[in-house]
Amino acid sequence: MKIELNGNPQEINDNSTIEELLEQLDLQIDRVVLELNHNILNASESRTTALCEGDKLEIIEFVGGG
Amino acid sequence: MNTKGIKPMDSLIIAGRKFNSRLMVGTGKFSSNKAMQAAMEASGSEIVTVALRRVDINNPGDSMLQHIDRERYLLLPNTSGARDAEEAVRLARLARAAGCEPWIKLEVTPDPYYLLPDPIETLKATEILVKDGFNVLPYMPADPVLARHLEEAGAVTVMPLGAPIGTNRGLRTRDLVNIIIEQANVPVVVDAGLGAPSHAAEAMEMGADAVLVNTALADTSDPAMMGEAFKKGVEAGRMAYLAGLGPQRVQAEASSPLTGFLREE
Repeated sequence: MKIELNGNPQEINDNSTIEELLEQLDLQIDRVVLELNHNILNASESRTTALCEGDKLEIIEFVGGG
Repeated sequence: MNTKGIKPMDSLIIAGRKFNSRLMVGTGKFSSNKAMQAAMEASGSEIVTVALRRVDINNPGDSMLQHIDRERYLLLPNTSGARDAEEAVRLARLARAAGCEPWIKLEVTPDPYYLLPDPIETLKATEILVKDGFNVLPYMPADPVLARHLEEAGAVTVMPLGAPIGTNRGLRTRDLVNIIIEQANVPVVVDAGLGAPSHAAEAMEMGADAVLVNTALADTSDPAMMGEAFKKGVEAGRMAYLAGLGPQRVQAEASSPLTGFLREE
């Protein structure tokens, strides 16, 4: 199914949870913060939420900055 | 007093929390994580800023957070990239959701050329974030009237710029920063544009409570040495301020006696 991931269209497995998607992308869940359809997810939501067609997901991390 | 009879440096207190270092450092633009860590360590800083960005899905790389010892440094996320209050508030909330303590360096910079902070959006975002329970440290133009508004809105510091971000031009805004220092009831942190330890010392001599530097430490061939240089500059400036600088004069005032000259009078 298609979602929007970090501003770009992305094809993912149907019924993926976010945790499964992060595993596929080789990202540690405790390294990122997630926003789904403009809602910031807490730690447990991050693990368990299932993705739906057309969802907008932002995967964000800390980087160097002043 | 220690055994040498020298007063230890007085502590910096922000939002009721004590810090020994008056030098905050940014983590951007370093050539490597190693350089960043070395600069941070040499600087003696206890507060370091970070930014929030989308993960590059195709090339995630290492998380830089693993190179920052959270026991040693308070992580101060910034809202860099925000062009208005709404974007800044969103970034602040994302930082908090990531598990950070609710301290935020508020940066609202709609113009990418000079990266000057938007005063109106900064005040708006400060009001929202203070109500939302954040300790807000707003990056601001060197405007004393705005500083008062931000303080009244509950900001825990005010952070006037010395010069635009990354320009290394020093304390261009010195006269206005002086007024802010005179009038503020919260710590004043000079942030942005400081390119040399002498700039940092100058700000501290004027009575600033702290400074924040990033580019100056990253944009050098020896970040660790520069970090130490800034540490000394900030300490020197603070000591001079506490000791009390002598007045400036127009006419010369001799340092050696005016009597007993070896000459015919």
